[in-house]
Parts: sequence; C-alpha cells; structure tokens
Amino acid sequence: MKFESQSVAKPYFIFALILFAGQILFGLLMGTQYIFGDFLAEYIPFNVARMLHTNMLILWLLFGFMGASYFLVPEEAETELYSPLLAKVLFWVFAVASLATAAGYLFVPYAKLAELTFNELLPTMGREFLEQPTITKIGIVIVCLGFIFNLGMTILRGRKTVVSLVLITGLIGLAVFFLFSFYNPDNLILDKYFWWFVVHLWVEGVWELILGAILAFTLIKVTGVDREVIEKWLYVIIAMALISGLIGMGHHYFWIGPGEYWLWLGSIFSAIEPIPFFMMVLFAFNVTKQRRFEHGNQMALTWALGTSVMAFLGAGVWGFIHTLAPINYFTHGSQITAAHGHLAFFGAYAMIVLTIISYSMPIMCGRPQGNPAGAQRIERFAFWTMCIGMLGITIALTIAGVWQVVLQRIPDDAEALSFMATQDAIEPLYWARLAFGVMFFVGLIAYFASFFFGYSEQEESNLTATTTES
Amino acid sequence: MADNFTKGMARNIYYGGSVFFFLLLMGLTFDTMLELPKRDHRENITEAVAHGKELWENNNCVGCHSIMGEGAYFAPELGNVFVRYGNGSEETFEAFMQSWMAMQPLNVPNRRQMPQFNLSEEEVHSLSQFLIWTSRVNNNDWPPNKQG
Repeated sequence: MKFESQSVAKPYFIFALILFAGQILFGLLMGTQYIFGDFLAEYIPFNVARMLHTNMLILWLLFGFMGASYFLVPEEAETELYSPLLAKVLFWVFAVASLATAAGYLFVPYAKLAELTFNELLPTMGREFLEQPTITKIGIVIVCLGFIFNLGMTILRGRKTVVSLVLITGLIGLAVFFLFSFYNPDNLILDKYFWWFVVHLWVEGVWELILGAILAFTLIKVTGVDREVIEKWLYVIIAMALISGLIGMGHHYFWIGPGEYWLWLGSIFSAIEPIPFFMMVLFAFNVTKQRRFEHGNQMALTWALGTSVMAFLGAGVWGFIHTLAPINYFTHGSQITAAHGHLAFFGAYAMIVLTIISYSMPIMCGRPQGNPAGAQRIERFAFWTMCIGMLGITIALTIAGVWQVVLQRIPDDAEALSFMATQDAIEPLYWARLAFGVMFFVGLIAYFASFFFGYSEQEESNLTATTTES
Repeated sequence: MADNFTKGMARNIYYGGSVFFFLLLMGLTFDTMLELPKRDHRENITEAVAHGKELWENNNCVGCHSIMGEGAYFAPELGNVFVRYGNGSEETFEAFMQSWMAMQPLNVPNRRQMPQFNLSEEEVHSLSQFLIWTSRVNNNDWPPNKQG
C-alpha cells in the first residue's frame, strides 16, 4: 500500500460483502417462493424479500464503489486522502442507516414504515429500487456529498489522472441523478419518465464511467501496461457508453406513455449499447496480452477479464436480444427482463467490485503480491462457480421468458393463457433457476472461505527467507 | 488501437459526444413534456386517482406486480387490469376490486399469496380509480393482449 489512508477502504469492502451475502440469501428465498408460492409468505412476503434483494445489491455496490474510490484515488493522486476521519465517520453513518433501513423492511409492514418515516411530507417511497424511506434517501445524498468532497479535495491536491477524473465524473453523475428520486408527482407517467433518470442514467450511464475507471486502474496495476494506452481505451469506451446510452434511454419509453419517436430512437441507440462492452472485452484481453510482468495476484486479473466478458454478455448480448421495439413489445416485463437484469448487474457491477476487492484486499492485509496460492485456488473455484451459477440462472430465466411470451403474450385475447396459469406451466425452469442459485451460493461460500486461507508452511518459510534477505 | 488515433482524439470524442447527446436528451425530454398531456390525460387525475397512487406506493404493490410492464414479475400486470376484469364498466371493475381485496389472502396451499392490506372501502375505490386512469394512458397499445 503506497498511502496509509488507502486502508479506509477496508471496512467498506467488508460491509459490502456482508450485504452481498444478505442479498443472495433473500434471492434464494424468492427463488423458492417462485415455486412454493406461500413459502414463509406470512413472515417474509415476496415484496419484502425482493426489496431486500435489490436494495442490498444497490447498497453493496455503492459501498464497493466507495471503497474502490478511497483505495484508488490517493494512489492515483499520489497523496494521502484529504480526510480519512471523514471517510470513517461516513462509513458508520452509511452502515447504520443501511442496517436500520433493512431492519425496517424486514420487521415493519411497509405502509407502517412509510407512516413512521413521515413519507407524506415528501412522498418518495414505494417505487421499484427507490423503496427506501425519504430519510434514508436524504442520508444517501449527504453521505455521497461528503464522499465526493473528500475525493475531490484529494484529487485537487494531487496528481490528476484520467482514471481519477473519469471516476469522479461518474460519482458526481451518480449523486446528481439520484436527486430525481425526490421527484414523485401524482402523474404516474411523469413519475416513470424521471424515475429512469435515476435508474437508467445510473446503470447504463454514469456507472459505466465508474466501471471503466476501476477496470482501467486494476489493469494498469496488474499488467504494467503504459498508462497512455490504457487511458486511450478508457476514453473511447466511456465515449461510446454515453453516446449510445443517453438516447438509448428511449428503450424504456416504449410502453409507458411517451410518444412514438422513442420507438425508433430507443431501438437504434440501444442497439449500439453493446459496443462499449465489446470494446471493454477487447481492451482487457489486449492489455493482458501486452502485459509487462506476471503479477503474483493472478485472481485480480482473472476477475478483471471476467468482468469484461460477463458484462458484455449480460449488459450487451442479453440487453440486445430484447431491446428492439417490435421484439420488446412481446418481451417487456417478462422473465427475459429478469434474466438480463441478473446477468448485467452481476457481470458489470458486482464483478467490478469483486475485482477491486480481489486486487486491493491482499495489499491492505500486507500481501502486495496477492494471497497465498491455496487461497487463490479457492478464489478461482469461487469465481467459476459464481459465474457458471449466474449464467445458469440467466439461461433458465431466458427460456422461462420465451415460454412465457409464447403462452401469454403472442396469442390473442381468446387464446392467451393467464399470467398465473403461465407461471404454473413454466415452473420447471424455476426449479433450474433455484438449482443454479444454490450453485451460486456455494461459490459465494467458497469466496468467503478464501479470505481465511493462510500460507502453507513451505510458503511461510520462503517468505521469511525473502524478508531476511532484503 | 491504431497509433495515429491519439489519446487527445479519444478524449475529444468523449467530451463532444457526451455533451452533444446529453443536450439532445434534454431537448427530447422537453418535447416529450409538451406531448405527454395529450397521451396521459392528466386532466382526469382526480383526488381519488392521486390517492390511489399514494396507496399503490405505500403498500409496495410494485414489489410483486408490474404496472405498464415495470416492477416485479411475481404477480400479474396491473396497468391493464381494468381491461381484464372491468368488461368496459367502472362499476363492474370496482365491485370486483372490493371483493378481491377483501378475500386476501386466499390461503390456497402452494399458491403465491397476496397479503391482506386492510384497506377501507374508500381506499379500494381510490386504488381502482388509479388503475382505471392508468389503463387509459396512450402507451402505444401495450400489452399485446388483455392477459398483460
């Protein structure tokens, strides 16, 4: 570790991983409820489990982005963090607020939670992914502002690299677009239109800047390739992401009220959204081919390459298959949407956080060349198990979605099967999804286990030898 | 990447491209705001419709259902539920809603369970009005059939 203050990232990563585990547990519960509809329904109804599943995801990714930024910015700026104390205080504020919100979801009926948190003063709750009480949302804004201030001051004081400037642009965008979550008019159509300013402009906009910056940083570190080369790639990738993604928002405006020209604009621009993700694959593999040394932390490079491939599949390929308006007319809001959501979030954003954790945690634990070989072997097993598990979930849901469209959407009024009858018909695919979910969970346990795997005696003595020599 | 394509050129494409398309998005948003009143019929948003939306949110309906295809995919689409159960009549639909909401949870073993939300008759009326208003928005004829 080059700068002492980089270690404030550690609690952020640990807490992120705890929330990740929670997310998966509620995912497994929902996977079960998809088959046995009344399973635990009295205690944890589906809507509560789903809120916890998606909100924990968003929160752990935010914790991950913050940890990544606190680790990466001082190193890029070549100076200590402006205020490590502020970073620590904000960590506790954010962690406590997250846990309190999760507890609220779990133990208080949602309508009661809205009442207790005075939602009627500024109603923002009850919209997908933005279920947090208004007070939590205000807390998120405050934490983000403090966080961006801290990073901004660090960058201003130190070296200004393309990586850190792209990263902070993405983070500022994240904070700015989140403000649309406070706009909730009586008109559902306006509500939906600007709801996407948070959701789409995050995941298909500014988050891609954050993803690109973290990926570029990790690749610089583990391949030793010249910064000039990597920064050029980064610029081209984020340029394509925004050029395609901004108007690509139109693919969400097909069937929620806005006018017909969005059918064209949304189809054309979102059809080019896979390009930046494809370039990310070329980028990662090209840079790996040109690497100047073999970094001891092989898993960090594996995660980085894996991120590019899985993000391309999830966000690129699985996005494209249902983005054209004539196809989306039949697939909108089906299990195909769910399939895309799972692979895209995991491949792009979960995996980039796991990448930076894999690179930085060993460093923060005093192992600059990565974890011991045994730990890396377990982590490699975890990598493949989680990736294959997630691909399995995605394929099962895709088949479920196609079947759903055939039974429920394509036939006319007289012939179409009802939603509930369709769900019964496609149940075998939900079994497959649950099985792959369990596989993913096994991978997750292995991943956690890899953190507790020390050196073998042989490695231990080698290390002592090297230390005495130097 | 080719050497004659420099980092400066890449940076300019990023700045130029993102500023241009962001401004285009703002322009299109402005145009959509002018067009929407004709499509969403906001003049019909009564107090009951607004209250219905509030109930929809405060009970996290979107945690199981979808509305205009957005939300969760665990329970039926409700953007067109008036079309599905109303038979063209608001009275029929409201009668259906009152009895359906009162019947929950159905307690059919293994069936997906809708909780009992203990809404008053007036609240179910508001919720129905909200769903009726939603079904009349011009959304390019989605869903393809009444099953949603």
